[in-house]
Amino acid sequence: MEKKIFSDIEYNEYLNKKKLMGSKCKKCGSLFTPPRPICIDCYGTDMEWIEMKGTGKLAAFTCISIGPPFMIKEGFDRKHPYCVGVVELDEGTKVDARIEGIDPGKPETIKVGMPLAVKYLHREKKGEKLTYLAFEPA
Amino acid sequence: MKKRKLGRGVAVIGAGMTKFGMYKNKDSKDLFAEAFNETIASVDKGFDPNEIEALYLGNFSNDFFVHQSHWAPLISDLIGLSPKPATRTEGACASSALAFREGVFAIASGFYDIVLVGGVEEMSKTSTEEVAEGLALATVPYEGRVGFTFPGVFGVIATAYFAKYGASHRDLMNVTIKSHNNAPLNPKAQIPFTIREMMNTKIERAKGKGRPAPQWKDEIEFLSDLSANPPVAWPMHLYDCCPISDGASCMILAAEEIAGNFTDKPLNVIGIGQGSGRGFHSAKSLTSFEATQNAAKEAYGMSGIKPEDIQFSEVHDCFSIAEIIHTEDLGFFKKGEGYKAVRDGLTRLDGPMPVNTSGGLKSKGHPVGATGTSQLVEVWKQLRNEAGERQVKKKNLRIGAAHNLGGTGGTCTFTILERR
Repeated sequence: MEKKIFSDIEYNEYLNKKKLMGSKCKKCGSLFTPPRPICIDCYGTDMEWIEMKGTGKLAAFTCISIGPPFMIKEGFDRKHPYCVGVVELDEGTKVDARIEGIDPGKPETIKVGMPLAVKYLHREKKGEKLTYLAFEPA
Repeated sequence: MKKRKLGRGVAVIGAGMTKFGMYKNKDSKDLFAEAFNETIASVDKGFDPNEIEALYLGNFSNDFFVHQSHWAPLISDLIGLSPKPATRTEGACASSALAFREGVFAIASGFYDIVLVGGVEEMSKTSTEEVAEGLALATVPYEGRVGFTFPGVFGVIATAYFAKYGASHRDLMNVTIKSHNNAPLNPKAQIPFTIREMMNTKIERAKGKGRPAPQWKDEIEFLSDLSANPPVAWPMHLYDCCPISDGASCMILAAEEIAGNFTDKPLNVIGIGQGSGRGFHSAKSLTSFEATQNAAKEAYGMSGIKPEDIQFSEVHDCFSIAEIIHTEDLGFFKKGEGYKAVRDGLTRLDGPMPVNTSGGLKSKGHPVGATGTSQLVEVWKQLRNEAGERQVKKKNLRIGAAHNLGGTGGTCTFTILERR
């Protein structure tokens, strides 16, 4: 397998290929998403890439009415809020993601603990494809 | 645990701040000059500014907000300090608490005897969207990329807290109402009105325009009405969020052994803690701030006192949920009990543990780089019995504290002051 450094750049490259990857410390077995070059549990530096199953549950969320410029450009505003959250993966680590397939206008109906599965969203930034994480009810 | 101590004692001998607000006709220099003049005038036995040996200045992002960087020498020149050293500290919304801390260490090390610490921020000359974008520079990149905003980060923390402890948005309203009850008593507050006053103003305004008057029977009904209190990042609504502000604050620190030359009522720095935090992806808990817990551990460890010895505290309430969680992380209340403490009035001005007697960031205002030292200015006022109508009326008021958070919990400080 080609040697990729455990960086955000490589992590994002994997996302572009619709792969959610983490890094695992070969010394102590700790798993990290997004990947880390240095194990924060044992300071090991010998890591390996691990592909996540892409399933988990909603740990917490928010429905945003006033977003940053790039979300406004995607059509979100006070009348059309979007949901983002923290997903706890089945492997035990956490990731930040957009939450889709729910009604951000009715946050009371969104439940912490609901099972989710990964999907990938894309946006263009200065002509470059940018993939970011989303999850939807499984 | 290692016992932390300063190389020598450090005391606050003067303090001052501007009224926080949105200033069309004042820039950062004008604001800092105002805070500086008030600080010099606050020294009981008089003070010659030539005695200041160095400046530590907190500023988060004037680079972004007014397109000017490198503020320490600009302020140093403004107050006639140049060519003495001036250093800028940046810890997002905790920038000036870091300045305070660096100033304390500089004196404790023996290198300086007297330093000026403070902070300044000028946010209101950019649009709300631009301010949101500027603040979002201090989130964690993984969060920003998927569309998190600052209020959104605290919205997430709130839903995690609700799910874990059974609280609801109704409980957060108690924080807002409590803070706004203190604000009219603080002449430096940006929004010196109670929620009830603001509610009544809206009713009167509707009547004046011949519109049907809203039928809110109390503050809770007002805050529950989405037309009056719309969501920003659910469950964070407009009145859960602090305003956009300009302002400056500063303090003079001196070695404890010479503090008596300047005042008979110095405040001694008995605990000073700091911590760093990480994004949600790596956080051990979504309902605690690791950085706050570490700051508290350092500060309590140094002072040898316990949370119950703190008689009142300023607590970083950029968003209502933040105050609740921090009062737990600082040990004032048990985990999951913070929202009940506010509901039961324990944190009111006349309660057993007053929190944010100044009105807090919510109503006093939050010019981010100026906030940390402004919280300590409130502790200064209270401990010296100079807080006027909002004076904490406890017997033998001796120990007060201030907690400051930067970013989304990346930098937190906890500082304990004592009047001996």
